[in-house]
Amino acid sequence: MDMQPTLEAKATLTLRWLLSIGAVTLLWLAAYSHLTEFADFILASIGLTRQTASGEALHFFFYDTPKVLLLLTGIVFLMGIIQTFFAPERTRALLAGKRVGVGNVLAASLGIVTPFCSCSAVPLFIGFLSAGVPLGVTFSFLISAPMVNEVALVLLFGMFGWKVAALYLGLGLSVAIVSGLVIGQLRMEKFLEEWVQQIQNGQTATYVTESVDWITRFEAGRDHVKNIVGKVWPYILAGIGLGAGIHGYVPEDFMASFMGKDVWWAVPAAVLLGVPMYTNAAGIIPIVEALLGKGAALGTVLAFMMAVIALSAPEMIILRKVLKPRLIATFAGVVATGILLVGYVFNLVL
Amino acid sequence: MKTVKVLGTGCANCRNTIALIETVAKEHGAQIALEKVEDLQAIMSYGVMSTPGVVIDGRVVHAGGVPQREKVEGWFQA
Repeated sequence: MDMQPTLEAKATLTLRWLLSIGAVTLLWLAAYSHLTEFADFILASIGLTRQTASGEALHFFFYDTPKVLLLLTGIVFLMGIIQTFFAPERTRALLAGKRVGVGNVLAASLGIVTPFCSCSAVPLFIGFLSAGVPLGVTFSFLISAPMVNEVALVLLFGMFGWKVAALYLGLGLSVAIVSGLVIGQLRMEKFLEEWVQQIQNGQTATYVTESVDWITRFEAGRDHVKNIVGKVWPYILAGIGLGAGIHGYVPEDFMASFMGKDVWWAVPAAVLLGVPMYTNAAGIIPIVEALLGKGAALGTVLAFMMAVIALSAPEMIILRKVLKPRLIATFAGVVATGILLVGYVFNLVL
Repeated sequence: MKTVKVLGTGCANCRNTIALIETVAKEHGAQIALEKVEDLQAIMSYGVMSTPGVVIDGRVVHAGGVPQREKVEGWFQA
């Protein structure tokens, strides 16, 4: 017995969703346009002014926290809805039979909007290959999906402005596209584990995606907010708290002497340090904030951030089940080199 | 008696899925044999790309994330 809601009930529910989204959007806009007033008000009510170090630090905290949380909630809700249009099965169908080059660009871009969790990296990897997606194109997707995601972009935008966020987006995609192209050129299919090579020749997926209506999409947006914002808010508070402390107290250029632009070994050191570390985009932000606040060069810091998110020891261990050591080493090497270049280019240009 | 298999490599979402299925099945008094499938080759043989996936009596009924509670209830209604 399946209790399908009637059409009428569905229409009512859709309308309710639209009305709530409208109301929340208005509230959101009102709150977002009064961020400074809010911080001023909090500061005034505890009797501090921005002239003191502690006042300045608190003002920073009470301005940035609501700002970043508002941005994050809004964008994550939208992404939750967008992701319902890009089930992995759909992305795979879009990529199957695409030529190298076009395929790499498409794969890296789809990596942003396809829902991805590192624990399904391997099934996804095999699923793509089995549908005839070329190895290099699959890698472009696998590199872009964790690295270029909405949480990283929103946090960079909220804390460092749209230019840094746009650069991260552009360079992250470039690393994913170029690394995938290089791995594709190296013709490393024989370094897949044997059982994967066997799967590679033809297998049809039995899973059929259900039709999705707008109520489901809205619910997906809401659930995405619950999952993501619910998980990352402590990191964000820690990051902004740290940033506030630096903002108020630590002298600028404290880090410049050993993580500044003129230190040639800073970028490779940052990448080497970042590769074995593992955390999500939100977890890395407090560190990024701290480093940047103390005068570390932006390229060095972004290279560190990309290395931490894109390459990690746990991921390598999971990938080992499908890739032979030589392909894993190539993957890590190519991506690390790409990130290294990004770091240097950044430091040179800015 | 339904045979329920949860496909997944042991991440948090897979454990949540198993717990949810157990609870809902108990509530509905459904007899089930719940099985965890963690072997990658076995998972891939079902053609599932995003874990956790759920297989009931050999048919894939869900893939990609913890299923909604209503969906799980649908599986165990007589």
